Amino acid sequence: MAARKKPAKSNTSKEDLLKFYREMLMIRRFEEKAGQLYGMGLIGGFCHLYIGQEAVVVGIEAATKEGDKRITSYRDHGHMLACGMDPKGVMAELTGREGGYSRGKGGSMHMFSKEKNFYGGNGIVGAQVPIGAGLAFADKYLGNDNVSFAYFGDGAANQGQVYETFNMASLWKLPVIFVIENNQYAMGTSLQRASSTPELYTRGTAFGIPGETVDGMDVFAVKAASEKAVAHCRTGKGPYILEMVTYRYRGHSMSDPAKYRTREEVQKVREERDAIEHVRELILLGKHASEEDLKAIDKQIKAEVNEAAEFAKQSPEPALSELWTDIYADA
Amino acid sequence: MATEILMPALSPTMEEGTLAKWLVKEGDTVSSGDIIAEIETDKATMEFEAVDEGIIGKLLVAEGTEGVAVNAPIAILLDEGEDADTLPAPSSAAPAPSSVPTAMSGSEEPALAAPKAVVIPDDPEIPEGTEMKSTTVREALRDAMAEEMRRDPNVFLMGEEVAQYQGAYKISQGMLDEFGDKRVIDTPITEHGFTGIAVGAAFGGLRPIVEFMTFNFAMQAIDQIINSAAKTLYMSGGQMGAPMVFRGANGAAARVGAQHSQDYATWYAQVPGLKVAMPYSAADAKGLLKSAIRDPNPVVFLENEILYGQAFDVPVMDDFTVPFGKAKIWREGSDVTIVSFGIGMKYALEAADALAADGISAEVIDLRTLRPMDTETVVKSVMKTNRCVTVEEGWPVGSIGGHISNVLMQEAFDYLDAPVITCTGKDVPMPYAANLEKLALVTTDEVIAAVKTVTYR
Repeated sequence: MAARKKPAKSNTSKEDLLKFYREMLMIRRFEEKAGQLYGMGLIGGFCHLYIGQEAVVVGIEAATKEGDKRITSYRDHGHMLACGMDPKGVMAELTGREGGYSRGKGGSMHMFSKEKNFYGGNGIVGAQVPIGAGLAFADKYLGNDNVSFAYFGDGAANQGQVYETFNMASLWKLPVIFVIENNQYAMGTSLQRASSTPELYTRGTAFGIPGETVDGMDVFAVKAASEKAVAHCRTGKGPYILEMVTYRYRGHSMSDPAKYRTREEVQKVREERDAIEHVRELILLGKHASEEDLKAIDKQIKAEVNEAAEFAKQSPEPALSELWTDIYADA
Repeated sequence: MATEILMPALSPTMEEGTLAKWLVKEGDTVSSGDIIAEIETDKATMEFEAVDEGIIGKLLVAEGTEGVAVNAPIAILLDEGEDADTLPAPSSAAPAPSSVPTAMSGSEEPALAAPKAVVIPDDPEIPEGTEMKSTTVREALRDAMAEEMRRDPNVFLMGEEVAQYQGAYKISQGMLDEFGDKRVIDTPITEHGFTGIAVGAAFGGLRPIVEFMTFNFAMQAIDQIINSAAKTLYMSGGQMGAPMVFRGANGAAARVGAQHSQDYATWYAQVPGLKVAMPYSAADAKGLLKSAIRDPNPVVFLENEILYGQAFDVPVMDDFTVPFGKAKIWREGSDVTIVSFGIGMKYALEAADALAADGISAEVIDLRTLRPMDTETVVKSVMKTNRCVTVEEGWPVGSIGGHISNVLMQEAFDYLDAPVITCTGKDVPMPYAANLEKLALVTTDEVIAAVKTVTYR
């Protein structure tokens, strides 16, 4: 077993450490449960799990304020939980039930929360990037200081509309942060096989957009980089690119056997770079909580996830009349 | 040898223009490349250069003359030693366009008048006694946008050349001056990207109007129009949608070839979540566009370049709107129902006129909006006339006419005395050659022939 690097003692507060631990663990346990429900046939279609990438959304959300907006791709469960959406509503959408965020009409890839400023969930690779810039356009037009986060993967980073958006976002100084979640694989195609230049944070250079690469498995590094990016955007300096170097432990979707990489590769990342384990060790090292305390937290999160799963099973399927609603808003 | 300088065509659809100013006088020597005149089209004032060198022998059209037909001689260029007075009278015109003007000379009235205003029959949306003003479709569209932008500060216009250039087709003329560059926004040529940005702006609480220079270019952005704008309200369980308008020229202009001539009516009309308008008259263009901008749903608004310069009566009202989903009966009749929309109405109405002379009474219905589509009015009419012909510029497979025909089979089968005939554009990419393009488009003669077939004349 590969040795894990011992973390240096952190000067992050006890509250923050425990908060990050709790939030990341929540996403992981939620996703494990979703995987389980999928296996039971309760969740259908496509289901893309976020396990391994938890530090990205948790670190970024720690740098946001009320009114900031976010939009992402189809791998969106983690983003929803991190911005405060109710796990029950998310899980019930996964099971296609009335209690889901879209009343069962969206599914895993198409969930939204106006209340939490979460604009999806988008099933078209890269399409969320201009929309995210458009959210920023609206904020700038309306004259507030909100920022928008447009998340996309290393695969989407090669889409044409991303560059059209970079150009306009920079030209118009839109307060948008482009978060590239580089989890190394666009479905089954590795970064090296798909990208002529693998340093994705430099992809904005031609448009004058500053970018940096961040250890996306380190929630503190993510938070620090996000704060810097947010400060840049909020003060009207235009867009910013954060390349989060991360890793997904599971397949692209539930139906992906992941033959394009070795078990050893995945195992090595889990053992050496796991974001949750990192924070756990820091908590124990700083004596902010005991093993028993952390077990209690884990237990509490499991209970919350089970409650969400139970809700998602019990919530009825949408009424058949729902087929014909929400096609048009009333004029 | 003396040569005639002809009125130039300065855009694909230009048929006539104003000779705004002569920059040379008789007796001047010109070389090729010298600017000799300023020509005004309905879109812009352009400088006109001499192609050959010589001496300006005679100016045939006085400056300020309006309605000078393309290819009409406007001046005589002499070689050295020639004398203008010994020349024969100018020929009537060079070949090419069908609407060739009669001979004209400087001080005479132009042979062709400005586009004739079409009189709209009584309209329930317009109170009796309302003053009417002759307005082009171009002006009507601009007025609609400007009125709605005055009304709602969150409405803005974005697109290629909409601001400083005043609109590629001059639809947004003057809007930058009135509303400033925050609300009238020039974009780079990146349809996919700016359409996505506009969708995001709509999600974020604004009311974008996206102008596509033509809908042919919107194909680059169709994913954002359909997957993002049209479907989000449904996918979000009603939480959020895209209140916005996608508008621009659609269908064939004149001689612009296969990649600039497609009619997308049926493509967009197929998509639940979108509303689709395709007006013919200026009044409908204005009233429907105002409704579209206020609508909380994404609206695809299909205009037509050839109609932009056409004048119609538009009611002078503080707030004239036309509702979606209500067809308009332009002409009542008893023998056949002709259903059309957009520029197809031109052929439908021309055919109805010609048929009237032959004793066939045609009822002409303008669908105006394709989603929602007022099939009820069509069905009711066909129950009276028992015959139907549809007219559109788009391709035949999956056409709007095909849909109408299907509706009539299901809802008025027992009333039909003849199969419905769908007059459409031909099933070919648009050719460039003038004769082939004419053949590819639907024509008034084809509509007349179709009506004669269904009425067994």
